[in-house]
Amino acid sequence: MTFQSEKWKKDFPILNQVVNDEPLVYLDNAATSQKPEVVLDALKTYYLTNNANVHRGVHTLAERATSQYENARETVRRFINARETAEVLFTRGTTTSLNWLAQSLEDTVIEPGDEIVISYMEHHSNIIPWQQLAKRKQAKLNYIELTEDGHLDMENARKQMTEKTKIVSLTHVSNVMGVVNPIRELADLAHSKNAVMVVDGAQAVPHMPVDVEALDADFYAFSGHKMLGPTGIGVLYGKRNWLERIEPIEFGGEMIDFVGLQDSTWKELPWKFEAGTPNISGAIGLAKAIDYLETIGMDAIMSHEQEVVKYLMPKLEKIEGLTIYGPKNLNDRTGVIAFNIEGIHPHDLATAMDMEGVAVRAGHHCTQPLMNYLSQPATARASFYLYNTFSDADKFVEALIATKEFFLNGLD
Amino acid sequence: MALTKLNQLYRAVIVDHSKNPRRRGTLDNTTAQIDMKNPTCGDVIQIQLEIENDIIKDVRFDGSGCTISLASASMMTDAILGKTLEEALCLSEDFSGLVQGKDPENEDDLGDAVMLSGVAKFPARIKCATLPWKALEKALSDKDGTGFDSQLKHDD
Repeated sequence: MTFQSEKWKKDFPILNQVVNDEPLVYLDNAATSQKPEVVLDALKTYYLTNNANVHRGVHTLAERATSQYENARETVRRFINARETAEVLFTRGTTTSLNWLAQSLEDTVIEPGDEIVISYMEHHSNIIPWQQLAKRKQAKLNYIELTEDGHLDMENARKQMTEKTKIVSLTHVSNVMGVVNPIRELADLAHSKNAVMVVDGAQAVPHMPVDVEALDADFYAFSGHKMLGPTGIGVLYGKRNWLERIEPIEFGGEMIDFVGLQDSTWKELPWKFEAGTPNISGAIGLAKAIDYLETIGMDAIMSHEQEVVKYLMPKLEKIEGLTIYGPKNLNDRTGVIAFNIEGIHPHDLATAMDMEGVAVRAGHHCTQPLMNYLSQPATARASFYLYNTFSDADKFVEALIATKEFFLNGLD
Repeated sequence: MALTKLNQLYRAVIVDHSKNPRRRGTLDNTTAQIDMKNPTCGDVIQIQLEIENDIIKDVRFDGSGCTISLASASMMTDAILGKTLEEALCLSEDFSGLVQGKDPENEDDLGDAVMLSGVAKFPARIKCATLPWKALEKALSDKDGTGFDSQLKHDD
């Protein structure tokens, strides 16, 4: 079945190019994914034939744009198994989704002295909104610790969640270690303390089947651009009872019911949260990306990534001085691999890999608390997706060996 | 082999500076000091200066970093030692242009640092090369009590 990835790769024109005189091997998918031609075509078709503003025109193009935009919402709803389309809000991405939430929940659930629980493996976008909320409200921000191999320490999670805990916000999948967190178990824990459960799904939704009902998440955020869709479009799913409790963060056109001189009323869900002209083409592109992912199947994508990682790991372990961060059990992780080679700074490594045509990331991956926790200023990171083949994995290993040889033996 | 292209970046002089950095450590008589982060990778560099009568009498740097930022810090300490503050800031400007492909005005004064001109072909690494120089600029202009202003007061 993994030979299919050769076929899938052909759907992504950008991957068929030479970089620094070498065929491109794109392994920075945790940062952003590439787009299949069908998504690019959907964007072009929209602008060539249907472009208009949504929800306020009576003319034909406005009707077409509105119906495509709302159909996209239904596509997302079905994809994540939300109960109704009113629970699917379009945002600019995960960061916006989480910032909206932190501001909306501030007045609804947080009092001075209350606690917010996150973990040491969170992306900055799931730390700073809560940290600033805690500062504004004199609340306490608590971090769930990690086990030695990079899992959430569930015993510690039980300790961190107390009667004072009002918000629990955790990542579904780590963007550094690829570890998959037991969200349902954590949601049950949060709910047992009457806390609201927020999930950062940016690294999960692109790579595995996600069912927000089964996870029992109160809110679930993700980004379009990491799942073959365009940049600037993302989703905030929220249970209806929660979305009805919180207030919109942005005000303006499209979201109002009635505007008076001193007060206004809002449209019903989901539109009360979507002020201004939304990213219409982005939503349509995201829906097309979901169609594409569903044609392949999320189960097939997940098992493909796991097979590539299982193929790759023994080869990596043979490279002396190479450390991999995160779970040793390959069934607990996605296709994200953070690593370091002793004696080579990840920035130097990434430059050399680039000369070999292999695109990897180097740095703190927007996870400075995790880097401190791992006692690493930075790591290199390779992240795989459906279009990465076994041949990509081989080229990655070859480039790593050449890079190591260059820095450790080739410089003097 | 594609990695041969790396030789224009990782020249022998650069690798030597990074493996055997000059003036790495701390000073006893520090008059100006700054810590600076490279936001793209989290690397931190500390620069300590001993300034007397507007002249950089001594300098040390410390911190972790890639080959390029360590070499650049080491080369910078060579270049600015004994220079006036104004001369040091001019060199910083020169260096910033150099790593973006411009010809420096005072090539001789930059010393080994000119070897980093190859960085211009690796735009993602320009920040690594300029990090120590940006730290120097900040140390010479900072007003929070650890920089140039405090050094002036110290002299008064």
